[in-house]
Amino acid sequence: MQNTMQQNTPQATSPRPGEMPPDGTQMAKAANGNMSAETPRQDAQNRDAQRQNAQAQSRARDAVRPPVDVFESEQGITLRADLPGVPRDKLTVRVEGDTLTIEGEAVLDLPGQMEAVYAELRSPYYQRSFTLSSELDTSRIEAGLKDGVLTLTVPKHEAAKPRKIEIQAG
Amino acid sequence: MRGSLTSFPGSLFSEFERLSRELDQRFEPWAGPANIRAVARGSFPALNVGLCPDSVDVYLFAPGLDPKSVDVSLEKQVLTVSGRREAGLPEAARAYLQERFDGEFRRTLTLNEDVDPERVEARYQDGVLHIRAHRREATKPRQIAVQ
Repeated sequence: MQNTMQQNTPQATSPRPGEMPPDGTQMAKAANGNMSAETPRQDAQNRDAQRQNAQAQSRARDAVRPPVDVFESEQGITLRADLPGVPRDKLTVRVEGDTLTIEGEAVLDLPGQMEAVYAELRSPYYQRSFTLSSELDTSRIEAGLKDGVLTLTVPKHEAAKPRKIEIQAG
Repeated sequence: MRGSLTSFPGSLFSEFERLSRELDQRFEPWAGPANIRAVARGSFPALNVGLCPDSVDVYLFAPGLDPKSVDVSLEKQVLTVSGRREAGLPEAARAYLQERFDGEFRRTLTLNEDVDPERVEARYQDGVLHIRAHRREATKPRQIAVQ
């Protein structure tokens, strides 16, 4: 099993939903087995990538799925997500292929020496993904964030908008 | 052995992990009697409370509020936050998912006895309502020197 793992290409992107991310220990063993072929710089890059990957994995595990409203009109799809505590610079909206992913990190004003007494929200990470259909024009997505509410509008391709087809007589 | 079992997507172990996480979420970690004013799990807005030596900090996760329409009141250590959250759904559209809360809400909690009702501040930022209630000086923990 371990021999089939890629040894020299550290995985820098976070895993797609549903995909099992590579096991960190397997990657470490593979890297050690090939020590002579890697420079110290590549080694450090591998370790960084492993750490980022491990961080991304643990964030994905702890992340909260934000509640979402999705509605469709003739123009396209509108999505609203509740992301309390997330400022604009901690929000990521990305499209990879046909998958739309929303990620955010909440930033709270926490005075020092605070002891948590009661917590209903236990993670500052939000994450949710959606699969978009092909008639949606992902290059024209618009996003707005106000008071923790993210509004995304995804228009349809011009050609995909509903058109009435005239029925010719005779 | 571990390698072969965990290399499949949606493997048996990840399902168990997901199930145990869901069970943990269902059974409150604070076992025992619930607060008489407690609300159902997942109520809007979610609430976190932290304690500092000189203040009690309450965080309400309530995005999309108009701060002027929220009522925050403190009466004999009982803090009540109530208001209305409009989800803003358009009339002429087909809805697929409607998970966001829409309507009136009220959260109540009892603060420590040493809270000073004259020194309570509330701030709304990025959808989080942060209420800070300062505690009275006298009850700050003091170190007692052992002779």
